[in-house]
Amino acid sequence: MALHFELVTPEKLVRSSEVYQVVVPGAEGDFGVLAGHAPFMATVRDGNLAIYAEERGQPELIRIEGGFAEVNEKGLTVLAEKAE
Amino acid sequence: MASLKALKGRIDSVKSTQKITKAMQMVAAAKLKRAQNAAEAGRPYAERLEKVVASLASKVTISSTTPKLLTGTGEDKVHLFVVATSDKGLAGAFNANIARLARRQADSLIKQGKTVKFYTIGKKGRAVLNRLYRGQVVESIEPGDLGKLSFADAHAWAEDLIARYEAGEFDVAHLFYSHFKSVLAQDPTQQQIIPVKVPDDAPRQEGAAAIEYEPDEEAILADLLPRNVAVQLFRAMRENAASEQGSKMTAMDNATRNAGDLIKRLNIEYNRKRQAAITTELVEIISGAEAL
Repeated sequence: MALHFELVTPEKLVRSSEVYQVVVPGAEGDFGVLAGHAPFMATVRDGNLAIYAEERGQPELIRIEGGFAEVNEKGLTVLAEKAE
Repeated sequence: MASLKALKGRIDSVKSTQKITKAMQMVAAAKLKRAQNAAEAGRPYAERLEKVVASLASKVTISSTTPKLLTGTGEDKVHLFVVATSDKGLAGAFNANIARLARRQADSLIKQGKTVKFYTIGKKGRAVLNRLYRGQVVESIEPGDLGKLSFADAHAWAEDLIARYEAGEFDVAHLFYSHFKSVLAQDPTQQQIIPVKVPDDAPRQEGAAAIEYEPDEEAILADLLPRNVAVQLFRAMRENAASEQGSKMTAMDNATRNAGDLIKRLNIEYNRKRQAAITTELVEIISGAEAL
């Protein structure tokens, strides 16, 4: 089962894809989100998002600043002020 | 009556004006496309943030620790109008419409005995408001090219606004900008940005699984509310950029068409005059020949 992941900045929708897992640098510690995660909201500290497209393999890193993450039944949405 | 030469000169001058307005129209059309895409690209973020803030706000119980950005100062005396216009004219009624809406609202608030201050973004808005409400413009910013503004700019303004709010300079802030509906229609819009207005139909999650928060609701809200102000400002600037170009394109299209009509009329006048001159000359020659 894939996790629907969206990364949005005020300037554009950076990413919208189906992935295996995303590790988010939460304000109170990193957390990984897999498909079927319980509803969750957290502020995010400046750092790297690690996106695992497959169960195995190297994660893709995206640096984000000023972020906020929301997990609901539709998937994970990360709102960031800046993303590279 | 103007001489033939003077008419010729006028036709040439109108023609070169037409060339300029035509070029400006095409530039505006190209920029409009980009501004419109940018405005659309920014919508998902603003919409999502709005939803999250609304759902959080409906959950938090109001207490003394609740951020002031949500609850307000408890007063309603000093209003700050953030009026976003552009630095440049030649865009039809774009700037005038925004300024007019702000003026109308300001006058009605002043009548109710409230104080209205202005925070202008854009030279054109400042020019009008500074003349009418001397001394009430607390700050004015010149954004330059609206299409090139980044989120960092909006963020800096938002921080400035929030600092003023916390210093007690005003109780309510309204944002004035032009909402981009289509190339032909741009609506001047007023929106309350501080304190945050929670829509009455805020989504209430009933029956849904309880959401976990990290840190707690209030801390998240305290983090999100200032960001929301910046996002609303940024969105307004994006809408303004698209509206300005749309308005400019329409205005320049009209100007080009007017110049075309004018050229047609002047040409007819010119030809008529030329014919009259030739006829007069012929009559003179013929009558001269007859007299011999």
